[in-house]
Amino acid sequence: MDEPKKIVSTEEFKTHIMPTWCPGCGDFGIWMSLKSALSGLSIGSDDALLIYGIGCHGNMYSWMKTYGFEGLHGRTLPVAQGVKLSNHELPVIAIAGDGDCLGEGGNHLIHAAKRNPDITLIIHDNQVYGLTTGQASPTAKAGFKTKSTPEGVTDEPINPLTLAITAGATFVARGFAGDIPGLTKLIEEAIQHKGFSLLDVLQPCVSFDKVHTYQWYRQRIYTFEKEGYVPNNKFEAYKRALEWEEKIPVGVFYKEERMTSEQRESALASGPLVKSSVGVKDIESLLREFM
Amino acid sequence: MDARLTVTWKIGGEAGYGIISSGTMLARTCARLGYHIFVTNEYPSLIRGGHNIVTVKVSSAKFHALDEDLHILVALNKETLDLHKDELLPGAVVVFDPKDSDGLELTSRDIALCPVPLFEITKSHSGEPVMRNTVALGATVAFLGLSFDVLSGVIKDQFEHKGEEVIAHNQEIARAGYDYVVMTYPSVAFAKLSSVSKTEDKLIINGSEVFGVAAVRAGLKFAAIYPMTPINALISFLADHAKSLGIVYKQPEDEIAGINMALGASLAGVRSMVATSGGGFALMTEGISLAGMLELPVVVDLGMRVGPATGMPTWTEQGELQFAIHSGHGEFAKIVLAPGNAEQIYSTVIEAFHLADAFQVPVIVLTDKYMNESQWCVPKSAFAGDVVIDRGKMVRAEDLGKEVFKRYDLSVSDGVSPRSVPGMKGGQYFANSYEHDEFGYVTEESAVREKMAQKRLLKLGSIQKIVRPPEVYGDPKAEIALTCFGSTVGAVLDALEEAKYVINGKSAKLLHFTWMSPFPSDAVTHLLTGIKTIVDIEQNGTSQLASLIREYTGIQCTHKVQRFSGRPFTPKFVLEALKKNLQ
Repeated sequence: MDEPKKIVSTEEFKTHIMPTWCPGCGDFGIWMSLKSALSGLSIGSDDALLIYGIGCHGNMYSWMKTYGFEGLHGRTLPVAQGVKLSNHELPVIAIAGDGDCLGEGGNHLIHAAKRNPDITLIIHDNQVYGLTTGQASPTAKAGFKTKSTPEGVTDEPINPLTLAITAGATFVARGFAGDIPGLTKLIEEAIQHKGFSLLDVLQPCVSFDKVHTYQWYRQRIYTFEKEGYVPNNKFEAYKRALEWEEKIPVGVFYKEERMTSEQRESALASGPLVKSSVGVKDIESLLREFM
Repeated sequence: MDARLTVTWKIGGEAGYGIISSGTMLARTCARLGYHIFVTNEYPSLIRGGHNIVTVKVSSAKFHALDEDLHILVALNKETLDLHKDELLPGAVVVFDPKDSDGLELTSRDIALCPVPLFEITKSHSGEPVMRNTVALGATVAFLGLSFDVLSGVIKDQFEHKGEEVIAHNQEIARAGYDYVVMTYPSVAFAKLSSVSKTEDKLIINGSEVFGVAAVRAGLKFAAIYPMTPINALISFLADHAKSLGIVYKQPEDEIAGINMALGASLAGVRSMVATSGGGFALMTEGISLAGMLELPVVVDLGMRVGPATGMPTWTEQGELQFAIHSGHGEFAKIVLAPGNAEQIYSTVIEAFHLADAFQVPVIVLTDKYMNESQWCVPKSAFAGDVVIDRGKMVRAEDLGKEVFKRYDLSVSDGVSPRSVPGMKGGQYFANSYEHDEFGYVTEESAVREKMAQKRLLKLGSIQKIVRPPEVYGDPKAEIALTCFGSTVGAVLDALEEAKYVINGKSAKLLHFTWMSPFPSDAVTHLLTGIKTIVDIEQNGTSQLASLIREYTGIQCTHKVQRFSGRPFTPKFVLEALKKNLQ
């Protein structure tokens, strides 16, 4: 018989610190959706580890009471994998910015997707570096004028979804910070997925981006789930992930079940490392190899 | 001719000829008979081709380093003969295939040329040309005057996983080489070893493998190591034993990921480590700083090799001492240790894991190419005894939940606050790379910042109370003091023993440092005060230990012996340098 579901109120995550994000920032929507999703999944403040990168998004830990790790810029996913391999019973959620995990930490993202650890990555995708007052991020679209690109961005943007699909992520989704119920559902799904789940969240930067506003996004966003889209084909997912400008789809683009990093480690078969016995039981036979 | 106390044997050829395993098998044969052994390899950074050599020194008595004498040279190609003929002692034995003798100009030298048809013998026993090294191994055992049966047993164990047929085939080919020498060169006795009685079981094990054994005995559970010379043998050890020992070895995408994974594992509650060389460590330094800020234990094996940049990847140096001590931005406590031989690697690594937990700091263990890839002869008894695993200040579940948990409790007198592990009820906190308060919340308030920085630096004082002074060899009242750290000690000790601790008529003592940072200032001041002649000996070009001694004691080393050719010190090199410097 299942244990009765623990009741977790979103109040549990409250700290004494008030958010310092700019009024109207997309981060609020992501934060609220995350709290609702954790509450919906009965994950309380002692039950999971949230790992943040450096950037506006990362300041969330101050008003989000859970076990938290605010590490170095770009390095959320290596930390998350180290934690998960040591305690695979612990839910581990990485919360990163677009500059954080596509710029500084791009290599880590590719390799995490390839390994498939049971980790959820939520990307705050607003095309700018907000904390350093508005330079172009790796997802900034061509022509976008920022403090570091006064003539407009000339590079091609990185598309987190196509990148994740190509690298081997087993759950690839996009949400919108302006749709809290929809985003909550996507975060819940991403956390429940057994494997590496990437959720790219489109969010306006109200201070440094006058183009991609809530209104700009609302005019373009649509949900393909209603059309009967089934997220089980990489090529279809890839095609949908390339849609931009006129129509921008949100939802789960691709999903598959694959062995996780943790399942492939024989040492973890009998339980998490953190609960296993330490030391060498049979030192004699270990030493015999060298005699 | 009397049998010899010590014989040095060298085999050379192209990479891919099984040269390293020949060295290991010869060493195991000798170890099983009771001899003391040291094996070292030299090779360029290539997979195949290039000149590879393995040198094995075998002795009835304990010694600490290779010297430059050569008693037997096995040349699997002509290049080996050309490159090493000048190292041969008068009367030395040279084993080679007549096919490689074209243009051989050794006849004028006083040496025993002993051609052995390696190709032909291999072929007549249905072996591949690559098995020539096995013929040479059999031949070597004959020249040393050792029992073939012991070699046969070593071959059996070496090829156990490949089945009876492979074992028998290798034994047959080795036997053919042995018989050939017994029949053809009955009077060549130059390299015959004096017999020895076996008193205890000994291991032939390289420095990285010792590191691995020590780490798992100390409770290592997680290692993330990106491949790099000279720590690759540690990767093999951990990966091969992951299943049987219940540990996880993960190959990260780069060294930055490696250190961050190890810190994640540490946060989650297990003992973790990374290993790398200078270039990889350069990438890790941001993570070392993070460990300092989050107060997370982690152990780093920093295997030094020739730098800067890619340098000479497969050659040895001690160039990273100051880099290790100063690694990571910002000010925080860390510990740097430098074992000098296999036994010291074992005890130091166990100590490193203990210190990392006790003080919640990164501990860097300096090793190097020479000590990591050389095979040491270690008595089995060195690994005996239980290893007590003390995780330091870990909060207990029953102590949590009464009030909000202060992970960075400022009231501690030693700078070390109890820590919880994610998932513990009531233990919630933030591991925060920003300056933080006692709970981990970000702060930029001056008073809190100062208190928290002070707490972290308080650890330096706590560690200072237990720093290990350098080991002193020789008469403590000697007129001359020598200083060295890490693996240099072997060559220096053998040089001093040969000179009976007297250099140019003056008595000498050696201070060997294994604890580099925090520096054992008081002990060193005491040991060096009043000594007029201090000779610092280091495998680098800037005498980094001498700088440390000056920095922490004000005492200046009067002479500096350096070697930075990538080749390890030999006793001969050290002794000549000492005599020249102290004229």
